[in-house]
Amino acid sequence: MIHQYFGLMIRYLKKQNFWFVFTPYFWLILFFFIPLALIFKISISVSEWGMPPYRDLFSLSEEGFKIDSTLSNYLFIFSDPFYIRSYLNSLSLAFTSTILCLVIGYPIAFYVAKSQANIRIILLVLLIIPFWTSFLLRVYAWKVLLQGSGIINSILIHLGFITEPISMLHNHYAVILGVVYTYLPFMILPLYGYLVKFDLNLIDAANDLGAKPVNTFLKVILPLSLPGIIAGSMLVFIPVVGEFVIPEMLGGSDKLYFGKIIWDEFFVNRDWPVASALAMSGIVILIFPIVIFQLMYAKYNFKNE
Amino acid sequence: MQNTILRMNKLFFKIFTLIIGFSFLYFPILTLIAYSFNDNKRVMVWKGFSFRWYKELFQNEQILEAFYTSVKIASLSATFATIMGVMIGFSLTRISKIPARPFFIFLSSSPLVMPEIILGLSLLLFFISSNHIIGFPSSKGQLTVLISHITFSVAFVAVIIQSRLSSYDKNIEEAAQDLGTIPNMIFWKITAPVILPSIISGWLLAFTLSLDDLVVASFTTGPGANTLPIVVFSKVRLGLSPEVNALSAIIMLIVVLAAISVYFINRSHIKK
Amino acid sequence: MSNSFLEIIDLTKRFGDILALDRVNLKIEKSEIFSLLGSSGCGKSTLLRIIAGFEKPDQGKILLEGNDITNLPPYIRPLNIMFQNYALFPHLNVTNNIKFGLKEESFSKQEINNRVNEILNLLELNGLEERKVNEISGGQQQRVALARCLVKKPKLLLLDEPLAALDKQLRIQTQFELINLQNKLGITFIIVTHDQEEAISLSDRMAIMQNGEILQVGNPVEIYEKPKNTYIANFIGTANIFHILNKDNQIIIEELNYEIKNINNNKNFNKCLIRPEKINIKKIENQSDNSNVGIVKEVAYLGSYTKYLIEVNGIQFYSFMQNSLVSDNLQIKWDDKVEFKFNDSSIFWFND
Repeated sequence: MIHQYFGLMIRYLKKQNFWFVFTPYFWLILFFFIPLALIFKISISVSEWGMPPYRDLFSLSEEGFKIDSTLSNYLFIFSDPFYIRSYLNSLSLAFTSTILCLVIGYPIAFYVAKSQANIRIILLVLLIIPFWTSFLLRVYAWKVLLQGSGIINSILIHLGFITEPISMLHNHYAVILGVVYTYLPFMILPLYGYLVKFDLNLIDAANDLGAKPVNTFLKVILPLSLPGIIAGSMLVFIPVVGEFVIPEMLGGSDKLYFGKIIWDEFFVNRDWPVASALAMSGIVILIFPIVIFQLMYAKYNFKNE
Repeated sequence: MQNTILRMNKLFFKIFTLIIGFSFLYFPILTLIAYSFNDNKRVMVWKGFSFRWYKELFQNEQILEAFYTSVKIASLSATFATIMGVMIGFSLTRISKIPARPFFIFLSSSPLVMPEIILGLSLLLFFISSNHIIGFPSSKGQLTVLISHITFSVAFVAVIIQSRLSSYDKNIEEAAQDLGTIPNMIFWKITAPVILPSIISGWLLAFTLSLDDLVVASFTTGPGANTLPIVVFSKVRLGLSPEVNALSAIIMLIVVLAAISVYFINRSHIKK
Repeated sequence: MSNSFLEIIDLTKRFGDILALDRVNLKIEKSEIFSLLGSSGCGKSTLLRIIAGFEKPDQGKILLEGNDITNLPPYIRPLNIMFQNYALFPHLNVTNNIKFGLKEESFSKQEINNRVNEILNLLELNGLEERKVNEISGGQQQRVALARCLVKKPKLLLLDEPLAALDKQLRIQTQFELINLQNKLGITFIIVTHDQEEAISLSDRMAIMQNGEILQVGNPVEIYEKPKNTYIANFIGTANIFHILNKDNQIIIEELNYEIKNINNNKNFNKCLIRPEKINIKKIENQSDNSNVGIVKEVAYLGSYTKYLIEVNGIQFYSFMQNSLVSDNLQIKWDDKVEFKFNDSSIFWFND
């Protein structure tokens, strides 16, 4: 069986241009998968003072071959509510902001997709411009806006809602706002992609068969845009779980997030094994939503036509 | 009559939604640009119109050097990532009998779903270890940042090329053969021009990803390889910086110009 | 009060500068198959979409059984449309596509299932209930689209190019199925098509449209045999059109220099139509005194009949001859001299 497979593989390699096909995969194995394996290895190594700050997993000495592995890094993480809470904070941030992006992004994507062709292209360019503008600068823009002396406070004072500037920065609401703002294009663009190629006859057909506009939306448009919703949600949810910059710029100490914890564990505490264990746990935690997204996408991705 | 009112309502709701939506997207950026002309060290207190911060920006060696570094890394990274992305796109869509296709799809798409903080950490530890074992890379710097950026950009380019190639009508290549094009020239004469728009957008995306990256670069950078996001982040992490306001305005201007040119290229493309 | 089932009065529709429909008036009777025939851009699809309710007319009214439905939204109109690309919902299976319209009305589950089963039987869709609509053949998709409309028991069914997406074999078979179905159910059909053969074989009556106007309404025989003008004559089938000269009590077909006897052209028609199958030709060996002689310029053998292009005095016309004998070769060939003949009563006069 394996023998046959290798035979097939070798014949295949002879036929195809080997380097053309496999260079990129070698690259990814070398610089993506081996580094991941490496942090797995470090995550089950024992911490030590020195450089590198962990004991080698395998050692060959006079006493013979020895494997020096430990699960203590993982046990440490999962026995400390501090780390668990940061995971939960990140997941809840990702969940909340995905929902908000969807609620805000869907109508925009819908109306842009349903505009007349010449207006639609202009609106699309307007959607893409923020997407291209530096991510960091867009987060920074909110830092400027939300300052005590910032424009939002000035407007609120001017309108008489408040008398003193209120502190809007450095809390988790500011983080949610920043995340929704920066990730909104990631939700809108895939949604737009699905809605724009939507067969308008299907809407007419639903109307003709007696469906009122609300029902047409719920029974035809919404189910058929599910792949776009799923793709957009995935593009928002996954990176937000590991988000570091936004909590660092806009957040405060009321909630700590996973990305920031890894950063501190590595750069501040210099504890490589714990940082690696945190990263590995992060991957494991992300596998579930990724698999769910993939399965849902496969289930609802109907070929239009 | 009732219908007219209903339709007016719908139109009103549509315009209302679009105005609110686009204001939300643009209000922060435009405010930033407005304040970049503020002649005051305190960013949010308006003192008067001036180009003072633009002048200071262009005299700031650190920012200029970081900008140069970033553009260099981003264009190299985008070029390598595009070449490999095209290779992946081809091997996944055109070679039908590639053994264990799902495995290669898994290989090429995994970086898409990896949080950058984990990617940065794992690459940094990898570079340290490999330096330990084989002495390469000799130190962290522009090369390590470049390798990291290529690694996460390849997957994005591959997705773009793949989706173009899967909707690509192979008949035109057969037609070219039939009309006398020799097989070795088909890629250059037919395939490459047809997928060129996707290659360009793949390159642009990879360029943007690299130019925008803070987290992975922070992990993998070393002496002499401060990219623009790293410098900007160090300036605004704890406070505000009027120079960064000016920088935002310039970046916005570049993006708008790029968007307008893409718009016109697309329009002439559609007309064709 | 009008007696017609569907009455279209002075319907006008503009898209920007384009006049898609120009004061269209039409009466359609209950239980007939009525076709709207015209080349693309003639306004037939716009008319259909206005009847269905997707477009609002700029002027005019639509009465269904005497009730004004012009301003009713499509989901309230008691009529259904079958789309050219079928517009089946790709996220629903066959049964749920058919159920879609019933669920929008307040029927009991029992009633819905009964109706669905009835229609599945009628259209021979049993066994496909759970299939996805993109997994079934084009012919099956067409029947699902039909079932989805018919299950609602509409008063009127609109069909937009119902056969265009099918291949030729299936198209002919489906034509007969559609007619049978309509006879069985008694629902009025309005069919939009650009295919004249389809319109002739399907319809009880048809309307020819051009530039947003209706040129002629009638049954297929009337339209074929007695077209109102040159455009219609040429649009339906092949037409030989000649000019008529009236002088000194003589009626002469100008191009053929042929005198028509025994018939009075008292209305002074200026043109006449002779369909090619009504012209017979016969090969002649040597110069005869008969003046009705022409030369064969083109021959096209089509199995059941052969098309000949005949030239007389620099004018060309067609003759179609039945291939009634079994033979290896055609009797009449290129450049043969032929004598042509037609019955004076097979000439149709008109003014244009």
